[in-house]
Amino acid sequence: MRDTLRFITCGSVDDGKSTLIGRLLYDLGQLRIDEVETLTTDSRRFGTRQDDLDFALVLDGLEHERAARITVDVAYRFFSTGDRDYIVLDSPGHEQYTRNMAVAASGADAAIVLVDARRGVVEQTMRHMSILAMFRVSHVALVVNKMDLVGWDHETFKRIESAFVNIASQLGFRSATSIPTCATTGENLVDSVVASWYAGPSVLTWLAEVSPGMVDPAAPFQLPVQLVLRPTSDFRGYCGRIAQGTLRNGDPVVVIPSGKASTIEEIYIGDAATGQATAGDSVCVTLAGDLDVGRGNVLSPPDEPLSYAAQFRAQLIWLAEKPLIPGREYLLKLNYASSRASVTAIRSRRDPATGSALAARQLDANEIGDVHISLAEPIPYAAYSESKQLGGFILIDRETTATIAAGVIQHELRRGANLTWHLVNVDRQAREQLLGQRPCCIWLTGLSGSGKSTIANALESHLHAQGRLTYLLDGDNVRHGLNADLGFDEADRAENIRRVAEVARLMVDAGIIVIVALISPFAADRQRARTLFDRGEFIEVHVDAPVDVCAGRDPKGLYAKARAGQIPNFTGVSSPYEPPLLPEIRVDTTSQDLAECVSLILALMS
Amino acid sequence: MLSDGILSDQTLRGLVAESIDIIREAYVGARNPIMLYSIGKDSSALLALCQMAFAPGRLPFPLLHIDTTWKFRQMIEFRDNLASSADVDLIVSTNQEGLAAGYNPFDHGPAYTDVMKTQALRKALDSYRFDVVFAGARRDEEASRAKERIFSPRDPGHRWDPREQRPEFWSNYNTRVTAGHTLRVFPLSNWTELQIWRFIKLAEIPVVDLYFARPRPVVERDGHWIMVDDGRLRLRPGEQPQLRKVRFRTLGCYPLTAGFESEADTIEKIIDETATSTYSERRGRLIDRDAPASMEKKKSEGYF
Repeated sequence: MRDTLRFITCGSVDDGKSTLIGRLLYDLGQLRIDEVETLTTDSRRFGTRQDDLDFALVLDGLEHERAARITVDVAYRFFSTGDRDYIVLDSPGHEQYTRNMAVAASGADAAIVLVDARRGVVEQTMRHMSILAMFRVSHVALVVNKMDLVGWDHETFKRIESAFVNIASQLGFRSATSIPTCATTGENLVDSVVASWYAGPSVLTWLAEVSPGMVDPAAPFQLPVQLVLRPTSDFRGYCGRIAQGTLRNGDPVVVIPSGKASTIEEIYIGDAATGQATAGDSVCVTLAGDLDVGRGNVLSPPDEPLSYAAQFRAQLIWLAEKPLIPGREYLLKLNYASSRASVTAIRSRRDPATGSALAARQLDANEIGDVHISLAEPIPYAAYSESKQLGGFILIDRETTATIAAGVIQHELRRGANLTWHLVNVDRQAREQLLGQRPCCIWLTGLSGSGKSTIANALESHLHAQGRLTYLLDGDNVRHGLNADLGFDEADRAENIRRVAEVARLMVDAGIIVIVALISPFAADRQRARTLFDRGEFIEVHVDAPVDVCAGRDPKGLYAKARAGQIPNFTGVSSPYEPPLLPEIRVDTTSQDLAECVSLILALMS
Repeated sequence: MLSDGILSDQTLRGLVAESIDIIREAYVGARNPIMLYSIGKDSSALLALCQMAFAPGRLPFPLLHIDTTWKFRQMIEFRDNLASSADVDLIVSTNQEGLAAGYNPFDHGPAYTDVMKTQALRKALDSYRFDVVFAGARRDEEASRAKERIFSPRDPGHRWDPREQRPEFWSNYNTRVTAGHTLRVFPLSNWTELQIWRFIKLAEIPVVDLYFARPRPVVERDGHWIMVDDGRLRLRPGEQPQLRKVRFRTLGCYPLTAGFESEADTIEKIIDETATSTYSERRGRLIDRDAPASMEKKKSEGYF
């Protein structure tokens, strides 16, 4: 039976990845005459091997790759031998393009990791191995290339092989084979090697023998819903790609997460009613009865329903130039489901040189981290080890729409489940009645010296005089106690704001009118604070004054110090302030006096 | 369209499922989607897959054909025949300014392709404000296409930036773009030419007759057989039209598309010939040889 194997080639730059595949295709006769003609011309123009063919040019298809003689992005090549179709994902070796290698790893069943026999396993080999482990590429072969340059020395090969076997077992690979080659001459790519000490497979033999990630037909079916099709008023079809198992007409199903039950009436692949379909098929099914099923739900068997959760422990690879900072809000997409999400904690990052876990406060581009992630709403999921389709996710920057991380779910964080939510007899409504007031959070944001504390104090005095129970959370004051452990870099500022926002929420729940006076320079952090409150409960006040006016006031002498370089990360001087685009209120302290500012806020509160 | 032959071929079955998944996912994120239709075999296969994605409903978006006015006559007949069926809405668009200025394949070389295809496409996409554009390109066609993602964001000038491609993990596609940007979507990315033909056979998809070997009036030019499809082909001194049994592996503007001699007059024979061919499919596309890396250059300017 015909099958398909997708495999990645990776490893450090110049270890010969593209050359290996180019040569393999050539030796298999899979390069056509006109491709060889082009290769001959290009080898003369761009090649690095004088008059010989430079096989890497078969794969490096982009102009800037050929000009600079490096691989930048993944090349997808196709070839067939015997009953197997192959898709080669040839990936770049430079650290700078690690994210493109990760793209290839996510889609691969098997991996060929190349090393240069003269150098053995290097840091970039380790980095790629860590990424292969994270994406759970089942089969890995280490190809020790350029054996001709070490005279096909057995001792050299054995030394590299044993280092590789150690790493492979440490990273949890199921199988790890080592193969000596010389890619430029094609030795041990298709036919077996000349060295008498080697009895293992050639590269092609190994590829022909590994099994692709075969699906388990006995697994319970899971059909994630991608789209609801309503071509006519009496047809409602639920479309999606079956993640696992086999689906048959009449099967009982339960909708995750709503828990509503139904049965499968008909299964379509294209225009044909097939009666059954299996993992990997894109289907459209109809259900008995009228159900509320939407995109991102999953149809699951009632006796083995899929789990859903909003908090996970996950591994992720960070792709963006700007580092990952806990607390920021992103869009998470897992299969067809999406939700607002934030990384709540970075447990560790992986040391690229050794693969071991290191403490971390942020993740930089191309780093792998072990994180906690929290979603705005629960979504159906499986552990990545059970299902790549239902356990792999991406994070999207909502503003730029860029894909900034790829992650794999390890398990649900049962924090919420173990700490059961105690229902209490005295609820918020009861407290509001007792106090005779509607609590809310007045959030004053603006530059240092803009007048936040002055307005906050005047506002609180006024409310207190009216008999209101209030509390002022001032940025400077909380840093003496609750947030004494935090500094002023971006990560600590985000955490500072998160804690203040959570305290304010508790106080609002207690019935108190809370006034927060905090520079809170980043829009994302203020937006996150806002999501903690009900509609109308969060009043953002932009206390606006130009930075030069604030610096002129300089009540604490901070601008003078900052401009003299004595305070790093000072908002308005060496760190940006992102003004709110749509605050509930904007007051201008250069043109409005204090009484005016206070009465504007009071007017909105009533 | 679906047949037992497809269901029992694991490779084809997987490819069909992947393409349908891509088409549906792009559609969910689209405001105003369109499928580029070039009348060739890949377009025929893509159209069948798009229809399968929404069956038993009707295809929920139209097709767009960029007509350079130099296509083979049989292609236009095939297209108009398709457009007359109730299942498909077809938009035909021609760069009228380019036509009025007299751009043609004989006098203008690469500028003809730029004006009548690339610019024509950009104009049509802008005037209809399409935001998601399905196209039938395959990675096995050519080295720069082998590098492209399935979902390919384009800037407001429809340009492709091969240096800054969006990472694409598993089948978890990010379909979001910022205002003014659009998406090109390539559901056939992982298909090969041979698999397209096997699918066309098993799903009984109609294709233009030019793919089958028939006696056709041709002239030999620069080592290629060029068909004398109408009186507009300018014969060079000494060129004498003759009947040869030829077929075409790819279709386009007839003066720029080379045929080759063949006996393959059935799909089965085409499949055999494709499997054993020692030349790649693009050999018959004369425009790909305008300059080195010419496909990448055309793509980065917005060509499909």
